[in-house]
Amino acid sequence: METFDIIFYLFALITVGSACIVVFSKNIVYAAFSLLFTFFGVAGLYVLLQADFLAVTQVLVYVGGILTLLLFGVMLTNKVISVDMKTGTLHAVPAMILAAVVFGSLAGLFYATWSGVTAPASSIISTARPIGEMLMTGYALPFEVASVILLVAMIGAAFMARRPKKL
Amino acid sequence: MNSSVLSTFGAWLPHVQLAHFLIISAALFALGVYAIATRRNAIMVLMGLELVLNAANINFIAFTRYGGANLDGQVAAIFVIILAAAEAAVALAIVLNIYHRFQTVNVDEISSMKE
Repeated sequence: METFDIIFYLFALITVGSACIVVFSKNIVYAAFSLLFTFFGVAGLYVLLQADFLAVTQVLVYVGGILTLLLFGVMLTNKVISVDMKTGTLHAVPAMILAAVVFGSLAGLFYATWSGVTAPASSIISTARPIGEMLMTGYALPFEVASVILLVAMIGAAFMARRPKKL
Repeated sequence: MNSSVLSTFGAWLPHVQLAHFLIISAALFALGVYAIATRRNAIMVLMGLELVLNAANINFIAFTRYGGANLDGQVAAIFVIILAAAEAAVALAIVLNIYHRFQTVNVDEISSMKE
């Protein structure tokens, strides 16, 4: 039992516990704020996996961008006067069975296939520089396509979200 | 914590291996699927989608760390994050339009394409 293991179990508890709150909470604002802790827990797991650049990107993009967008969505699509921030669930029992089957089969498959694989000695100090070099050489075309996708998404979202003109 | 407490915990918490990260990601995936299937609010469905994408990213990065000598998995994870950002922006714009039109974002009440 080393420090690494303790930190891993701590982050795993934070991640899965707050994800459970996201999924099972009736209050959508509680769910959105629990998603914050889920993203931070996942970023901690990235750090444990020696993906420092990905961890920082996770915090910047998910916490700084996507979660803020989701909170804006929550606030803009609920009637504040009615104080009805609660959301219901549909056919919970079949979905529970489905999720249990998915988790059981995936976890069993993973455990049966990959148990006992331990980490090789790492030689990478920082991943930002090699990732940047890969994006500029071997992954140059996907990089450009991703930039075009971001541009298209930005224009499309701004076009769709503006107020419609009075006809 | 002294060493006896650590060894007591170590008896039933095994050393962290690749499978631990994969099982965490499987749990996140199942929770995301549950949220997508059950929640009525469209924004909660989007939150479940983010959970699923995070589960996929954990798998990418875990296999990068434990599997090979290169960083291809981390680059794939970066592209997943990029697409998640684009998806969230477009989906929330659509949800706002739906709210203006139907005055609700419950996915089970939105059943007509035009009024």
